[in-house]
Amino acid sequence: MTAYVFRGVRPYGEAAVDIVVVDGVITELAAPGTGVGEVIEADGLIALPGFVDLHTHLREPGREDAETIESGSQAAALGGYTCVHAMANTDPVADTAGVVEQVWRIGREVGLVDVRPVGAVTVNLDGRALAEIGAMAGSAAAVTVFSDDGRCVHDALLMRRALEYVKAFGGVVAQHAQEPRLTENAQMNEGVLSGRLGMVGWPAVAEEAIIARDVLLAEHVDSRLHACHVSTAGSVEVIRWAKSRGVDVTAEVTPHHLILTEDLVETYDPVYKVNPPLRRTEDVLALRAALADGTIDALATDHAPHPHEHKDCEWGAAAMGMLGLQTAFSVVMETMVEPGLLDWRGVADRMSVQPARIGGVATQGQPIAVGSIANIVVIDPDAHWTVVPAALASKSSNTPYAERTFPGVVVHTMHAGRPTVIGGALA
Amino acid sequence: MRHLLSAGDLDRDAALLILDTAAEMAALSDRSVKKLPTLRGRTVVNLFFEDSTRTRISFELAAKRLSADVINFAAKGSSVSKGESLKDTALTLEAMGADAVVIRHWDSGAPYRLAHADWIGGSVVNAGDGTHEHPTQALLDAYTMRRHLRDGTGALEGVRVGIVGDILHSRVARSNVLLLQTLGAEVTLVAPPTLLPIGIEQWPCDVSYDIDAVLPNVDAVMMLRVQAERMQDAYFPTAREYSRLYGLDGERMRLLPEHAIVMHPGPMNRGMEISAEVADSARAVMVEQVANGVSVRMAVLYLLLGGAKELGE
Ligand SMILES: [Zn+2]
Repeated sequence: MTAYVFRGVRPYGEAAVDIVVVDGVITELAAPGTGVGEVIEADGLIALPGFVDLHTHLREPGREDAETIESGSQAAALGGYTCVHAMANTDPVADTAGVVEQVWRIGREVGLVDVRPVGAVTVNLDGRALAEIGAMAGSAAAVTVFSDDGRCVHDALLMRRALEYVKAFGGVVAQHAQEPRLTENAQMNEGVLSGRLGMVGWPAVAEEAIIARDVLLAEHVDSRLHACHVSTAGSVEVIRWAKSRGVDVTAEVTPHHLILTEDLVETYDPVYKVNPPLRRTEDVLALRAALADGTIDALATDHAPHPHEHKDCEWGAAAMGMLGLQTAFSVVMETMVEPGLLDWRGVADRMSVQPARIGGVATQGQPIAVGSIANIVVIDPDAHWTVVPAALASKSSNTPYAERTFPGVVVHTMHAGRPTVIGGALA
Repeated sequence: MRHLLSAGDLDRDAALLILDTAAEMAALSDRSVKKLPTLRGRTVVNLFFEDSTRTRISFELAAKRLSADVINFAAKGSSVSKGESLKDTALTLEAMGADAVVIRHWDSGAPYRLAHADWIGGSVVNAGDGTHEHPTQALLDAYTMRRHLRDGTGALEGVRVGIVGDILHSRVARSNVLLLQTLGAEVTLVAPPTLLPIGIEQWPCDVSYDIDAVLPNVDAVMMLRVQAERMQDAYFPTAREYSRLYGLDGERMRLLPEHAIVMHPGPMNRGMEISAEVADSARAVMVEQVANGVSVRMAVLYLLLGGAKELGE
């Protein structure tokens, strides 16, 4: 028998207790100082269900120089995560049972977080033929989320078929909404600034038009749609409208779209190059409000590691994407908790409960309560930390927050009853 | 000022200093001894990732007339075309001791990146970046206008300039709008709506879709090169229709006031945005623009490398 006690911790910021974990399960919420087991000091800190990321690029197989399942799992655990969904745009693409099982198996061997592979919707992500969705769903990895992320399933007929087909497996299609013809060679948000900087624009309508089409398709075939990395105020309006009609649509927002705006592109520093691009302040405010009122269901990092040389260059030559796992909670703390948009139960819902539900991961997102599987993150809301890119666990260092000081520190993480992070360091 | 990256970096005094210095350079160049010893021992690198013989030669001539050593580093036939990055190229130039790098690049912002990424220590001059800016072109255009308009007094306040053509993809237009605004001129951009960037209503200029309404009210009209291939991306239906609606031919030229000049940054598409009759007319100042380009670039290199303290500080 293995027993741990989180001593004096406050679940959801409420009254202090000892959380007793025995053999991977929460067995008791005892009066402070009374729980029995190996003590993990957490006096006055806040306990939440372990975070679940719906959108992680682990880069393995194929780009192990940028990230591996192991290094990405470490970054996730340090960020308070107990589960990540590994995107399919690897090399080879995760479009067969063999690849998703390999990712799932390595994730289990590393054992820091649940690594849930996302399966490709189309073969090689090239938008022409459906991948073997049934085989991936039936594999040991038991895939339920399907996405061509990085590319949009832009063919309306193929998208309709994918939405229909996943119904047989209780799956969901997670769409990277980007109308390809409207975004050829696009470099940044299209607006006054792109015109002035002479950069090819990525217009909001290229995202909004696809989301609008897809919610109508999902309604028509009575299936589930998930909108990846929603980035515009207009997309929020479309999703709000679709939900009001009863469409089974969910949506995620990234931390960077909650805190960064397009004016950073004026530095021409490719660390700010990301897809979808950074938008206007109005969009940032609309996204925060939507995450607060539940129109956007979940936070998702879109953690996208890139090797140094793909960012240490001119803007046009640079890769799109930024690290997110280790800074996600702090961004939520600064943009949502401190301004009063989300309380601790709200944070638990958007960072754990909803993503677990959308990803169909029953073992995750369980409440801090007796009988729950012990996936737990303990945070110190009063502490601050400064981001040092080289000190992050990721094999890459493309964080847009270098030298930035954030509120909120992840102190302990427990995955399925096993401590993965203790005192801010890997256990 | 260490670099010249954007025409918007120049305040009125800095812009006038360059233009006045260019006039002095031109006067000196008219003498029999064309070379000045000012930049002896300094090295200017022309780093061209994009072909532009005329701009490269203009900078080369300017540097040589100031007695600088000039290295031409062209992307084609060099390590760059094999995929060497801008950064590695920059480090190489730094090792060679470049005092100034004149860069032409297809990527908007590449000169800014070169100047700010800690790759090199020397001055950076933007010789055209993507669809962003081309500040020395704007300077030579302003210089040319100063000589021709307002009886050569040099005052551009209130001068009306029409810029016609592919504004969306034009670095010349962006730099000209910024510089002419600084110098007090009034700019009207003319193009089909497809060739105007989103957000243009916030630029410090007027916009029109109707060239015939604009021409009678300008002191100078600048025709921009329009690539016929643009019609493949549906910017306009055919080259013929573009030419009919927005090209400057002899008949349209006669809508201009008597004193107005016709400009073009070159190279011209005769028969597309400008007819041969206009290009070869007495109003056309294109040949002079080329000559003025050398004087203006001499002034820029001189002020950046020789007399940096006076400029923009
Ligand atoms: Zn994506």
